[in-house]
Amino acid sequence: MNKMLDWVDSRFPLMSLWNEHLAKYYAPKNFNFWYYFGSLALLVLILQIVTGIFLTMNYKPDAELAFGSVEYIMRDVNYGWLIRYMHAVGASFFFVVVYLHMFRGLMYGSYRKPRELVWLIGMFIYVCLMAEAFLGYLLPWGQMSYWGAQVIISLFGAIPYVGEDLALWIRGDYVIADATLNRFFAFHVILVPLILLVLVVLHIIALHEVGSNNPDGVEIKKNKDPKTGIPVDGIPFHPYYSVKDIVGVTVFLMLFAGVIFYAPEFGGYFIEANNFFPADPLKTPEHIAPLWYFTPFYAILRAIPDKLMGVMAMGAAIVILFALPWLDRSPVKSIRYKGWIYKFALTLFVISFFGLCYLGMVGPTPVKTLLAQIFSFIYFAFFLLMPWYSTIDKTKPVPERVTD
Amino acid sequence: MKRVILTLIFLIPNISVASGGVQLQHANNDIRDKGSLQQGAKLFVNYCIGCHTAKYMRYQRIGKDLGLTNAELQDNLMFSAEKVGETLDIAMDKDDAKKWFGVNPPDLSVIARARGTDWLYTYLLSFYLDPSRPNGINNLVFKDVGMPHVLWERQGWQKLVDNKLELVNKEDEAKAKQYRQDVRNLVNFLDYVGEPAKVARYDLGWKVIFYLAIFFIFAYALKKEYWRDIH
Repeated sequence: MNKMLDWVDSRFPLMSLWNEHLAKYYAPKNFNFWYYFGSLALLVLILQIVTGIFLTMNYKPDAELAFGSVEYIMRDVNYGWLIRYMHAVGASFFFVVVYLHMFRGLMYGSYRKPRELVWLIGMFIYVCLMAEAFLGYLLPWGQMSYWGAQVIISLFGAIPYVGEDLALWIRGDYVIADATLNRFFAFHVILVPLILLVLVVLHIIALHEVGSNNPDGVEIKKNKDPKTGIPVDGIPFHPYYSVKDIVGVTVFLMLFAGVIFYAPEFGGYFIEANNFFPADPLKTPEHIAPLWYFTPFYAILRAIPDKLMGVMAMGAAIVILFALPWLDRSPVKSIRYKGWIYKFALTLFVISFFGLCYLGMVGPTPVKTLLAQIFSFIYFAFFLLMPWYSTIDKTKPVPERVTD
Repeated sequence: MKRVILTLIFLIPNISVASGGVQLQHANNDIRDKGSLQQGAKLFVNYCIGCHTAKYMRYQRIGKDLGLTNAELQDNLMFSAEKVGETLDIAMDKDDAKKWFGVNPPDLSVIARARGTDWLYTYLLSFYLDPSRPNGINNLVFKDVGMPHVLWERQGWQKLVDNKLELVNKEDEAKAKQYRQDVRNLVNFLDYVGEPAKVARYDLGWKVIFYLAIFFIFAYALKKEYWRDIH
């Protein structure tokens, strides 16, 4: 065994990779609940890729056959129903995990210097994930697949001068049609997953270069053992966090299995009833709404009366997240040592996000539109006013070492 | 706290399919009841399959799940198919259908998932006589529906009085009661056809979760053991 390792090691940096990223990657010892979601996101990504591979074996990217091929998977393929539910429910769980992962970053200032690139790469992953979910949602070729894609792609039509041509170019037809389905399939199974995988590797490399943040926002590298050079508050990722993450993974899988086996539609939030009507280009559904993970941005889009301005606001809501590392001017990273202003702002932000998520699901009324405008305002204010309120916020002194 | 939770529950948007403002009745069907499913299947092949299909569902699968032999399948259910591996498809011309009903009767493979069982149950109970319609029929749940009341002989005619349905002949009461059970069986069958693996899903789920629960004990003990000296 050792001989074989030596043989490989003299030709490939196996042991040094293993050490650098696992056995001698020193992570702060005070990770809490919120630190499970990074490894869980990786787990869900792998699950999505594996189940996706099995789905492509029987799925037909053809406007005539797509809907039926999904039902074929649900009925005639051995355990096809399980694989399909894992993939469909997995998409929603991916966003649950990623939103919690991002919220962790917001709480503990994980985006702050020197982790700006970790955050930026993570944001690109998030955008890719949204693209991947949107592309994949067309594939079952149900009414919601069809009309959801129709609405979103028509948004490109709002761009002056080139808009309509751009939308036409994206669709490959005047309406969503077979050509659109084929290209969406290609993007969904090859292009975006490839980019996602590369970005995830970059995310981890960047993280391991600067080291993990922690709930105290203390830099553990500033306090190293003079003899060994190892951070005194650091513990090797493997075995400590690998065994800890197995516990997290088990709990996650129990929840995941609970939904897959007992509520795969999750009351219409994960799989919409309307998507069991085959796509019909001649019959527009009364109510078109994207799945829950897009509805906050959809609500921002609808909150603004002008279509082009709405599209721009929706785009800005995502773009502004990229700027976060440079908007936060607080002298401390973690919410534990920030003052009441940040805690208040973050609470308002979370309420607005959930509020927008809800408002994006339901049909607009004058009151709901007004609410959406207020929540959109808070959403943007949280970021745009951050350079100001993060400097005047009264912070507490940060300890030298991590606390328990 | 209770009030907060209740308020939150009320805030959850209602994304069920619209029912024309009619209060839906509960189907209360049981997909584990094979007798009911067999009755439903019989009704389906006798009344529905003349115009509708369930083209993603195979007879063979129905036989396997409902406990019917191939011979029983062929004698009782397969009026429009030769081989048990065939799907519940029919040879009605789409253009003809459109001419006769104004619409192409939809495939019913996943109708229970699209409409919901309560909607189907209420819909099948809510046909009434309406002279203003070309076919003399209307439906409370599905206004101006193209489908005639195919099962009328089993229910008796209904009329609309003050927005409420009433039997035209009071002596049909007993028949109408049996009809509710018929509809429940039929909806049960449609529920099953919508997702034939549902029972298998329920039966596998708790085993997976039970395994994970046992695994959790070991995983947690392992973590505790490793972390003992970390302070």
